[in-house]
Amino acid sequence: MQAIEFVAPTTVDEAISALAAGGGRARPLSGGTDLIAQLQEGRLALDTVVDLKRIPELMAISISGDGLTLGASASCHSINANQAIRDAFPALIDSTHLIGGTQIQGRASLGGNLCNSSPAADSIPNLIAHSVTCNIAGPNGRRPVAVEDFCTGPGRNVLEDGEFLVSLDFPTPPANFGAAYLRFIPRNEMDIAVVGAGASVVLSDDKSTIQSARVALGAVAPTPLYVEEAGDALAGQPVSEESLAKAAELAKAAARPISDMRGTIPQRKHLSAVLTQRALRIAIDRARGTKTVDELGRLNGHG
Amino acid sequence: MAGTKQNGTGKLAANGQNGYKVIGTRPVRPDGVDKVTGRAVYAADVQMTGLLHGFVLRSPHAHANIRSIDTSKAEALPGVRAVVTAADLPVAEDKIEDLGEGAINLKYLSDNILAHEKALYHGHAVAAVAAVNPHIAQEAAELIEVDYEVLPPVMTVDDALAGDAPILLDTLRTDSMGEIGAEQTNLASFFRHQRGDLDAGFADAHLVVDRTYRTETVHQGYIEPHAATALYSADGQITIWTSTQGSFAVRGQVCEILQIPVSRLKVVPTEIGGGFGGKINVYVEPVAVLLSQKAGHEPVKVIMSRADVLAATGPTSGSNVRVKIGVDANGKISAALAELYYEAGAYPGSPVGAAANVSLAPYAIDNLQVDGYDIVVNRPRSAAYRAPGGTNVAFAVESVVDELAEKLGMDPAEFRILNGAKENDRRPDGLQYARIGQIETVEAIRDSEHYQSSLEGKYRGRGIASGYWNNWGGQSSATAVLNPDGTVNLNEASTDIGGTRASIAMQLAEAMDIEYEMVKARVVDTDTVSYNDVTGGSRTTFATGLAAYNLGQQLIKEMKSRLADQWDVGAGDVSYEDGTFSAGGESLPFVEAAGLVQREEPLMASSTVHPQDFGPGFSTQCVDIEVDPETGKITILRYTIAQDVGKAIHPSYVEGQMQGGVAQGIGWAINEEYIYDDEGRLLNASLLDYRMPTALDLPMIETIMVEVPHPAHPYGVRGVGEVNIVPPAGAIANAVYNATGVRMDKLPISPANLLEAMWARETEPAELVPGDD
Repeated sequence: MQAIEFVAPTTVDEAISALAAGGGRARPLSGGTDLIAQLQEGRLALDTVVDLKRIPELMAISISGDGLTLGASASCHSINANQAIRDAFPALIDSTHLIGGTQIQGRASLGGNLCNSSPAADSIPNLIAHSVTCNIAGPNGRRPVAVEDFCTGPGRNVLEDGEFLVSLDFPTPPANFGAAYLRFIPRNEMDIAVVGAGASVVLSDDKSTIQSARVALGAVAPTPLYVEEAGDALAGQPVSEESLAKAAELAKAAARPISDMRGTIPQRKHLSAVLTQRALRIAIDRARGTKTVDELGRLNGHG
Repeated sequence: MAGTKQNGTGKLAANGQNGYKVIGTRPVRPDGVDKVTGRAVYAADVQMTGLLHGFVLRSPHAHANIRSIDTSKAEALPGVRAVVTAADLPVAEDKIEDLGEGAINLKYLSDNILAHEKALYHGHAVAAVAAVNPHIAQEAAELIEVDYEVLPPVMTVDDALAGDAPILLDTLRTDSMGEIGAEQTNLASFFRHQRGDLDAGFADAHLVVDRTYRTETVHQGYIEPHAATALYSADGQITIWTSTQGSFAVRGQVCEILQIPVSRLKVVPTEIGGGFGGKINVYVEPVAVLLSQKAGHEPVKVIMSRADVLAATGPTSGSNVRVKIGVDANGKISAALAELYYEAGAYPGSPVGAAANVSLAPYAIDNLQVDGYDIVVNRPRSAAYRAPGGTNVAFAVESVVDELAEKLGMDPAEFRILNGAKENDRRPDGLQYARIGQIETVEAIRDSEHYQSSLEGKYRGRGIASGYWNNWGGQSSATAVLNPDGTVNLNEASTDIGGTRASIAMQLAEAMDIEYEMVKARVVDTDTVSYNDVTGGSRTTFATGLAAYNLGQQLIKEMKSRLADQWDVGAGDVSYEDGTFSAGGESLPFVEAAGLVQREEPLMASSTVHPQDFGPGFSTQCVDIEVDPETGKITILRYTIAQDVGKAIHPSYVEGQMQGGVAQGIGWAINEEYIYDDEGRLLNASLLDYRMPTALDLPMIETIMVEVPHPAHPYGVRGVGEVNIVPPAGAIANAVYNATGVRMDKLPISPANLLEAMWARETEPAELVPGDD
């Protein structure tokens, strides 16, 4: 790894200029937990990194009646430590708590996780379940993009040259909302998802019917996968294992994984159903305020 | 949860230590403070003025002829001080060097340091650069142009033995029990141990189980990567600072590879962050010496990255193992056959020989045959790994034994007791056992609260397995200097991996009847004491401890002799009891005597030992697991070990060895494996994707130390370091069967493999949904 130029702008406009000045050999830096490793391992060669962490808007966390706006560079730790987020978006912590260890969480950001655009990213299915909107800035101004449309391939996304992610907008959850993110890894820590599943539900006031739902999968396609049909199939259905199993089967059908050293096609297809069902169970528990499943989404007394 | 079961003949003293004052206690280790404060110097911490930094260029191909290497662009890069290739190495002879845990051909060793004509695995070192900083060294290495002729890779036993298999080593011929074959081959050697009448034994059998198993390549996984700093002085004297299990083994290998006399090389061992057998062979040490010489006698440090460590050091063999065992109607083994096919990596020398000894060792068998095959493949050259070769074969044997017991309707512990090896029985290769404790370890498990407890719940299962390791004696040297204040400096050369400075110092303190804190133990360099074998073969507390015992005896004897002169009595008249010398009305505490006897002449002692009658070790283990039927993931619920430990000098370190061996065995059983692509490139050369267990993957591992004192050691010490890695894979596989009804015929029992095995027995995953329970 050779010496590189380090630029630390304090406004969005300065960052746009710095990226433009660097041309194709400049990249934005947030926590650096992906970028620096890629530079060190020679997977990426740059002349300039543009550190976004001194731009207040990139680090801001604001939560109000309009929802939550998360600066793209805000660390996972700052999210974990924010009681208002924990209260209003408890499922978001499922992701921020398992991205790296405590030290990594002090650097790693959800914006970075999204912009790294790994198909196995632990935050993206969760962001999709939360109907997040991405705010992008660049030489041509600002534009919003739905998070499920953000990634376009492994390590690729909709950001054009000179653009970067400014913040993530989370709508205020409706009443009777619950969400969850689960991943399967062979160990209990320090691993990359074989499959990940994010899910959210909105239940009826008597909490017996699913009014709407969203399901998203990780590590089963070139991008995190929004399985719209699984959510659609749940809309109007009673809260039951049968409803969930049907959605799980749709998720399995939507998954189009590859076999690699982290998992095989049959294993990933199978886990797509298992994790979808388990994540939905947790989401429903959260919407209802009940505790019918364990932390892995298994029904109590499973074994 | 640790417990001590005293099976020895000695009566328990009031302090619970058979009358010992130091042995059996748990003092702090001398290296502890430096390690927890970060002060300890490991290999990569070595610093000195003018230090240059090395970088090793490695083959991107698993199997390739090297047509040419052009280093001119690298040499021209500013900041580069030296570039070396195999052309800088002396032409190595075909000569065998014994490294304690395995003999090695020096030509192959030299070729492994820097590839000569051929790159034989992905990651094989091809050239190296020294530069003023590590970044320039790496950049220069990338400027080296290597012209490869890529050849098809040979990755497994089956690939290597196929009729049309590409040949790795042009000159290799099969050594078949001393007969050398005529044809080119990838089969380096074949051997057979047999006794009795195998056919008759199987013909008489009431029941026969015959199964074949596959295990994958795994790495020792020491946390400290290899690193070495070398200074080739202008006067020809060479010093190497490195992390190694044996400084003399480094000296021997480097001197042979570089063709220099041992008097010109001093090896200074640093602290070591794990070895497990993998830090016996040299890798970067000769490269650092060559670079230092070529760079104008400046010191050069070469550090391996984690990826380098996984790709080019260690690992231990993947294998195919067939085991066939017959039993009579009472459950007594009538015949046993084992066929062991071990992947040696790029050069001959898998641990198949040791594996054959381990294979059926826990059992008394009259009719047996064990065949061993050592096979070269395009993977890194295998190195010793804790009870080398044992885990592979024990997984197979213990799975078959479990199946036999089940089919006989016998308790698996009772089956092992009925068939257990004891004194005068023979190991598969014919070696006759002295007093051993195999049956006692099974009885300890059978009688344990764990085994007697009931295990409730679906998809939960229990398994047990036994294992053997032969241990070793080896050669040790040590000196002891008596200070005038009564403290003793203990200088020994056994790398301290598992607390041996403490366990050796404790034996010296016991022998001298002084407090442990009065002994200052340190590991010294190769110029300071005589030859000392590696810390390996579970020998250090046994053999170097014996040397320490001798030192204590010598010092006390000489102190008595000098006091006799002082007091004008006969040497035999001076007694030493409870830390006080006395004779003819005179008496003197040890500390005062230490000063008095050295007024005229200082006092030190030296001892060299080479004990032959080391005792083997046995371990039996019990594990409870739970399988998530929807994901195939195993959770270890509870784990108990019973090991015949001889006498536990420092019980905490014995327990640490027991738990450490099992932790590694669990990793081997459940998730660890080398994963290659179709071109033979290693895909998972990182600790992210080479999945060793983390603290969150292991339960507290309970230990039962069965103390059967070893008669050939003054304190009854028996090697304890290795045997505990042998049983876990078998124990876990048996627990998986108990939990799921699936018998795994391959390692690792990863979620993907277990899920597939559960599917293969035509169990629809849908039926396993917990909601349908």
